[in-house]
Amino acid sequence: MEFIGALQEMGQPIAAHILITVAALILGLAIALPLTLWSARNEAVARWCLGAANLVQTIPALALLALFYPLLLWLSALVGGGIPALGFLPALLALSLYAVLPTLRNGVTGLKGLDPAALEAADGIGMTPWQKLWWVEVPLVTPVLMAGIRTAAVWTIGAATLSTTVGQPSLGDPIFAGLQTQNWALVLAGCLCAAALALAADGVLGLIEQGIRVRQRGRIYLGLGAIAAILAVAAAAMMPSARPVVTIGAKNFSEQYILARVIGERLENLGYSVRYREGLGSAVIYKALTGNDIDVYVDYAGTIWTNEMRRDDIPPRAAMLRTIGDWMEQSSGVRLVGPLGFENAYAFAMREADAKKRGIASLTDLVGAAPSLRLGSDLEFLKRPEWAAVQGAYPLRFASTRSYSPTFMYRALESGAVDVISAFSSDGRIAADHLTILADPKGAVPSYDALLLVSPKRSRDRRFVGALEPLIDSIDVSAMREANYMVDRDQAKATPAQAAQFLSTR
Amino acid sequence: MSTATTAPAIRFVEVTRRFGAVSAVNSVSLDVSAGSFVALVGPSGSGKSTLLKMINRLEDPDSGSIDLNGLPVTAEPPPQLRRKIGYVFQNIGLFPHLSVGENIRMGLKVAGETLSAERLQEMLQLVDLAPDIALRMPDALSGGQRQRVGVARALAPAPQILLMDEPFGALDPVTRDALGREVRAIHDRLGLTTIMVTHDMAEALLLADRVLVMEQGAIVGDASPADLLAGKGGAVADALVAIPRDQARRLAELGS
Repeated sequence: MEFIGALQEMGQPIAAHILITVAALILGLAIALPLTLWSARNEAVARWCLGAANLVQTIPALALLALFYPLLLWLSALVGGGIPALGFLPALLALSLYAVLPTLRNGVTGLKGLDPAALEAADGIGMTPWQKLWWVEVPLVTPVLMAGIRTAAVWTIGAATLSTTVGQPSLGDPIFAGLQTQNWALVLAGCLCAAALALAADGVLGLIEQGIRVRQRGRIYLGLGAIAAILAVAAAAMMPSARPVVTIGAKNFSEQYILARVIGERLENLGYSVRYREGLGSAVIYKALTGNDIDVYVDYAGTIWTNEMRRDDIPPRAAMLRTIGDWMEQSSGVRLVGPLGFENAYAFAMREADAKKRGIASLTDLVGAAPSLRLGSDLEFLKRPEWAAVQGAYPLRFASTRSYSPTFMYRALESGAVDVISAFSSDGRIAADHLTILADPKGAVPSYDALLLVSPKRSRDRRFVGALEPLIDSIDVSAMREANYMVDRDQAKATPAQAAQFLSTR
Repeated sequence: MSTATTAPAIRFVEVTRRFGAVSAVNSVSLDVSAGSFVALVGPSGSGKSTLLKMINRLEDPDSGSIDLNGLPVTAEPPPQLRRKIGYVFQNIGLFPHLSVGENIRMGLKVAGETLSAERLQEMLQLVDLAPDIALRMPDALSGGQRQRVGVARALAPAPQILLMDEPFGALDPVTRDALGREVRAIHDRLGLTTIMVTHDMAEALLLADRVLVMEQGAIVGDASPADLLAGKGGAVADALVAIPRDQARRLAELGS
């Protein structure tokens, strides 16, 4: 049932996946075919081309995609802006390079392996070099070349799932979202669709290859027709409607996927056409916003404060939000529309019954009890400035400290292996596991208000900002926890879209 | 036959072709008169193939010149030159993706012309192939059939000169003998000027009007088959002629 629901969300990712793959293959062929001819006629060129293509192939696809982001940023700066560093372009370039090697290698091998007698005969009967190319070399090498193109197509379809990481929609969207939210139905749906696409492409190209081999035009036309039909459907599905297109960004955890859908659904209802760029890293996503590659996303006050503004003082919440808003406006033109109404901060949590029994409700209460308690944290908390700030305000000395990955941290608290954990305040497991969040009366942990941020390009767009304003202060922490839990829980998992639906119709 | 008096169809003037330090062809001068059937005989590496291929410019000389009917071969681009010269070689080189008919037509197609269905049948008849073979693919033919198609393809554009590089080298003895006679008959019927490279002196003696013997890039013997058999071809030629003659004698002794 979950799986059927997940499959129903695959339409857009499949269409986007097909289009980026086909575009990359066409560009890859446009690069590879001339190089193939040149290489077949010149030994030195062949060495260089095959060497370079081999080198590209040794770079993991993920790294290749990631490398194009700074490269395009740099290029864009060089020509005075205007080159998008995220989305279609970097994905297209990286995947095209990936498609070059199998085509080039098969083409060169094929041309070198042609029967020298046929080539001598071609010269002997007086063919010009072009006649020889079109009437002898191309028809003879095409079956070998097609095998290379098939390989390239299958590789590209697989690697294209990674283009999600540079903000190009693909079947990687459900896979990455599912992986981050441990929604295996979503992962499986994405993987199955990618595999089916690869098999279909291999089958259709195989049909064309066979048609060429046995000289049956029918098969070739059938294969070409199938490709044209698939492309037409994908293009129709992706057709930018007359409606204005908005790009919504999301980082790589459940809450971000859900909030992106909340924003997206709202904008769609108001007549916008929405695209998602999900799974972006913290450092990339803010740059993407300032570069207008995405139009809107949700970030957290403390993250901007420490990561982007490099501040380590902790002013009161209201002053902090004002300072952040002013800084973004001045430094890049990004607009802070407003807080969503909840925080996702580091917060100390205990089992509810345990906290009651020991009479602990705040960090102040914790100071005295700490020496007999064990702290569990996530992998980075103990090294973060927030922990130093907490220790500065409250002299906490725990009996022991241990680090866990988030899921295991909650399990450790539940099982009694630790007594206090560094939780995330909007995490759904706080309510589900009956945990008590300890108050921070001295305000040692900076505010992590969820903030709605809009790109410089959209910051003066009244209709757009007006469409987002009703979201200000509309989601309290208990609602966000519940939505997060729908996605994070082990049983009856919801997709981020379903959780967003829940938040909107609450 | 009237082969005697016309101007030379092919003239070599001090032609040299080197591969690295080795002279494959070393300052060869030679006239071939129109209508003659010349066999070029010699051991492997004697330069006979290189000499042949310089006529249709599959090789170019390092020095010297080659004229066809009084015009240098370099007067026009190689493809134009080659369309006027039939070329048949040991490995045949039929285009494997084209039918027999398409292979034969290709010789005219390169010049933007077409071969009529009638002419195609004539060509097949000329090389003693059945009409229905035109639709077959090359890989469905025997070796002898393939070389017949190779000859038909070379002759389809009606060239005046036919160059053959070990044309029957890969064929079985029966086919080899039959096809040799047929090619000689075609040569006479069409009035061709033919140069055939072969390492088989018996074949040369039986088919050609004139036998040239090559060794180490030079022509060391030049005589008619009758003169060669009479011992007037020089030492190298005598040694080559001695082999089939000796074989014939031993065969005769076996039978007696």
